Amino acid sequence: MNDIENLIPTFDVEDVRADFPILNRKINGMDLVYLDNAATTQKPRHVIDALTRYYEETNANVHRGVHTLSVEATDAYELAREKVAGFINAPRPETVIWTRNTSESLNLVAATWAEEHVAKGDNIVITAMEHHSNIVPWQQLATKKQAELRYIVAGKDGVLELSNISNIIDSNTKIVSMTHVSNVLGTVNPVDELTRRAHQVGAVMLIDAAQSVPHMPVDVQAMDVDFLCFSAHKMLGPTGIGVLYGKYDLLNDMSPFMFGGDMILEVTYEDAKWNDLPYKFEAGTPNIADAIATGAAVDYLNNLGMENIWRHEQELTAYALAQMSALPSLTIIGPKDPTLRGGVISFMHDSIHPHDLGTGLDQLGIAIRTGHHCAMPLVRSYDVVAAARASFYIYNSKHEIDELVNGISETEGYFA
Amino acid sequence: MMGGTSGLSDLDEMYEAIILDHYRSPRNSAPLDDPDVDLEVNNPFCGDEFHIQLKVSQGSVSQVGINGRGCAISQASASLLAELVEGKSYADVKAAVDSVRRLLKGEEVTEEEQDILGDIEALGGVRKFPVRIKCALLSWVGLDDALTDHLN
Repeated sequence: MNDIENLIPTFDVEDVRADFPILNRKINGMDLVYLDNAATTQKPRHVIDALTRYYEETNANVHRGVHTLSVEATDAYELAREKVAGFINAPRPETVIWTRNTSESLNLVAATWAEEHVAKGDNIVITAMEHHSNIVPWQQLATKKQAELRYIVAGKDGVLELSNISNIIDSNTKIVSMTHVSNVLGTVNPVDELTRRAHQVGAVMLIDAAQSVPHMPVDVQAMDVDFLCFSAHKMLGPTGIGVLYGKYDLLNDMSPFMFGGDMILEVTYEDAKWNDLPYKFEAGTPNIADAIATGAAVDYLNNLGMENIWRHEQELTAYALAQMSALPSLTIIGPKDPTLRGGVISFMHDSIHPHDLGTGLDQLGIAIRTGHHCAMPLVRSYDVVAAARASFYIYNSKHEIDELVNGISETEGYFA
Repeated sequence: MMGGTSGLSDLDEMYEAIILDHYRSPRNSAPLDDPDVDLEVNNPFCGDEFHIQLKVSQGSVSQVGINGRGCAISQASASLLAELVEGKSYADVKAAVDSVRRLLKGEEVTEEEQDILGDIEALGGVRKFPVRIKCALLSWVGLDDALTDHLN
C-alpha cells in the first residue's frame, strides 16, 4: 500500500500558488497567509477565467432558446453537472442537483423528503458536531412533526461515541444527517459504519460533505449514502452555488422544493406536471455562470488528484499539530491523531481572546477564523465561548504554518 | 521581541496603554449584593458576555459591578464604563453612552464631551479596526438598555 502510494506523483505547492492571483496580495504590508479555508477557499485563475469567458463569450439563458448562444450555454451548464457527477462518482448526472449552497441542499431534503416521511413518534438523528445548517432545519422539522431529534455525542477527544449507537439509530429513525468532516474539530467521522447502521433500520443517510468533498476522494456509490451535499466555494469554485446529490429513485419520488420556470413539464390554468430530474429541483433561471465555473474547479482539482490533495493536507495537519502543540499556551481541540482528522485545527489561547489573537495575526497578514464557527453548541461544550481556527488547502505550505506559530508567539509577546 | 514587534506596532492604535491597563486590571468588577439593575449582555458573534449590575439612588447610579468574559477591547471598555458612570445621574449616563456611540462611529464629539469621557477617548482607536467596534460598544449598549428598562 505504502509502496504504491509513494509512486503517485504529488504536486509542487509553489506551482499551485502561482495559479492563485490573490496570493500575491499584501495584507497590512505583509504577505498573505490564508488559513481560513474551511470558511471559503481562494480561486485559481482557471476558475476566474471560466467565469469571465462565460460572460464574454457564451452568456444566454439555458434550456430555452434555439439560438446558438443558448445551446452553447446549456451544453456548458450540463457539462459542468457531468463533471461534478464524475467527481463524486454519482451514477448519473441527473442525480446532481444545483443549489445555492450546502445549507440550501440540507434544507431541500428537510423540506421535501423528510417533510413527507417523518411523522409523529419518529426520530431524526444528527451529531453533536454539526454546523448550524444541519441542526436548525431538523429542530424545526422535529417540532412541526412532533418527532424526536437525537444526537450522537462526541467525547472530549472530538470523536463520536458509538457504543450505544443501536439505541440511538433505531427502528423509529427515519433519517440520519451528519457531517463527514467537522468544520470545528476536523474529525473525519465513520460515515460508512453509520450508513450501514442507518440502512439496517430502513433510515436514509444524508451527509454534509462541505468539509470533505473539497479535500479527499469521495465516492457516493462506494459510500452508499442516500443524499450528500457540498458547496462549490469551499473547493475553489464561486460562491452562490452548491450541490445536492441523491439516489435517483429517492429524488424521483420527492416533491419539488420550489416552484416556477424550468421545473415544470406542462402548466395549465389549473395544474402543473413536474419536470424530470434534475430540473424538478431547479426552479427558475439557474446559476449558469457559477455552475460552469464549478466545473472548472473540478477540472483543477482532478488535475492535482484528490489522493494527492488529501496526502498534502494530512502532511500539513500533522506538521501543524506538532508545531502548535509545542506552544504551552495553546489548547487544541479535536482528535490528537492527525490521521483521524482533516486540515482543520481549532484552538484556544490560555490568556488571549480569539478576537485579539485574530486581530494580531491579521496585522501580520495571517487570516484565521475566530468565533463559534457556526457550531455554538459544540464550541460551548468545550467550556469556551469562542475559538480560533486555522484550516488548510492545496496552496498552503509548512512555511506558512511556521508563520502562524511565530505570529501566535509574537501576539503573545504583545499582550504579555 | 526579535524584531517582530514592528509588524504589530499598528495594534497600538487600538490597544493603547490605557486600554491594556483596564483589560489587565478591570475596575468595579466585583459582583454587587442586591443590585437594583441586573442584566446579562452578550455578543453572539464572538461569544463575549458581560454581567452588568447597578445600584441606584435618587436618579443616580451609586454603584456599578461589571464582570464577564471577552476580548481585550470589550473588557477594557466595560471597565472604563464602570469607572465613568459611578456617581453619575441617569441623564449624564445616557449622555455619555451617546458620546461613546458617536466617538466609536467617528462622528463629532465636542470638547466638553471629551472632558467628560477622559480616558475613554482611547477607545476611539477601534475605528481603524471596524470589525472590533462591536466589542467596544457591547457594555455601553447593555447599560443603555438596562437603564431604559429600569426607568420604564
